[in-house]
Amino acid sequence: MESLSNRKKVLEQKPMNFWERLYLPAIFQGMAITFKHMFKKKETIFYPEVEREFSENWRGMHSLKRDEQGRERCTACGLCALSCPAEAITMIAAERQKGEEHLYREEKYAAVYEINMLRCIFCGLCEEACPKEAIYLDGPIVPANYLRKDFIYGKDKLVEDPINIESPVAGN
Amino acid sequence: MSEKVKVTIDGITVEVEPGISILNAARQIGGEVVPPAMCYYSKLEGSGGKCRTCLVKVSKGSEKDPRPMPKLVASCRTGVMDGMEVQNITSPEVIEARKGVVEMLLINHPLDCPICDQAGECHLQDLSYEHGLAKTRYDFERRTFEKIDIGDKIQLHMTRCILCYRCVYVADQITGNRVHGVLGRGDASEISTYIEKAIDNDFSGNVIDVCPVGALTDRTFRFKNRVWFTKPVDAHRDCPTCKGKVTLWYKGEEVLRVTGRKDQFGEVEDFICNTCRFDTKKTSEWVIEGPRNIANTSVISANHYETLRPLPVIQNDPILIEANKVEFERATKI
Repeated sequence: MESLSNRKKVLEQKPMNFWERLYLPAIFQGMAITFKHMFKKKETIFYPEVEREFSENWRGMHSLKRDEQGRERCTACGLCALSCPAEAITMIAAERQKGEEHLYREEKYAAVYEINMLRCIFCGLCEEACPKEAIYLDGPIVPANYLRKDFIYGKDKLVEDPINIESPVAGN
Repeated sequence: MSEKVKVTIDGITVEVEPGISILNAARQIGGEVVPPAMCYYSKLEGSGGKCRTCLVKVSKGSEKDPRPMPKLVASCRTGVMDGMEVQNITSPEVIEARKGVVEMLLINHPLDCPICDQAGECHLQDLSYEHGLAKTRYDFERRTFEKIDIGDKIQLHMTRCILCYRCVYVADQITGNRVHGVLGRGDASEISTYIEKAIDNDFSGNVIDVCPVGALTDRTFRFKNRVWFTKPVDAHRDCPTCKGKVTLWYKGEEVLRVTGRKDQFGEVEDFICNTCRFDTKKTSEWVIEGPRNIANTSVISANHYETLRPLPVIQNDPILIEANKVEFERATKI
């Protein structure tokens, strides 16, 4: 049948000549390409040992920040949980007692703060909603795990370590 | 009964009783032409005229004297006249003035909304969101106060107060014996009970409901939860002292707090007694009427259902539950 577009190419198949029928030149040609790649830079990154550099707007695991004096910034206002489209964040607020001023920045703090990493879609809305600049998604990739319950990250995993410990830890 | 008078507010004509204020005339129209009010409270006699957020422009005094009023007037304190023409949101002058008023109200406000229990139902928050600037031009130190416990149920954060005097009128008119008033003058004035005396009148808890900001808050609800995570449900009970018509704020199965039912202007329909507010927080003590209607512009309407008991997310299928249990045991074995 005639082509409507007139762009149909008819391929002509010539019978192979002697060298082509030998197949050896084509094999060597392929081997040469493979050999050449041995001297090129490797593109593979061996992930757990080596990590690829993250882009500037990378959103990874959450971290709850501390201020310059090492106090927790989070005041459990609930705006992150409100903005979360996946409903991954829950918290329980508590009142700061006397003598805890060096631990918490405001008079209210999050006694329990949990993020369900299986629910989280890493959209970064919590980061945007936070009025206290307390939560940032600046961590690494959230590691895999075996149990569902281990994906619920509490404050032990989320709160960042104090930046400079002024007094050295007693003992070791 | 005398004849009704005609008032035009933002081009909408309404016939109202003579002698009522422009604000109340606007409230009869409803919608966007209602000026915001921080201090005026229709159920409290003598309230109003203090915050100046309800400023409007009267472009025509009346039918007999059509001259405009020389300055912007407080609509809660200005009576209507026949043939009066009022501009509220149609006048750029009013919008500009309101912006200034909000800035003045926020001068000493600590802006600790992330901590404040009133956030989400705070009138000052709504007002500054609609009219205010995103930043402050005030460089000086804001006045601060220590927190005062008024009795064991009410807490006073004087720092957040905008001196609307609503609570003082409640103390005056509803609780009878006044133990709560304003001390000092001008910049130094503050709400106080004399020598922090506990008020034990049955209706003292209403100062929480009338407070437009978070200056007077419920201590039994302090830091329990955010307002927008709780579910408001209308309920009533047989109460010997008050009408017993309240809104219960649920979190799960638990009643976190009890408030009066607030209408569209943020005013309670009936004042409720302290027993209803603080001491009856069990579902069994109330007759549930249904979920409270919340304006969809309010943050409280987030995750708010119109049905009392929304359908369960997980079906109550016994076979499924059993299968889930087996699957869970298998998963936790590792």
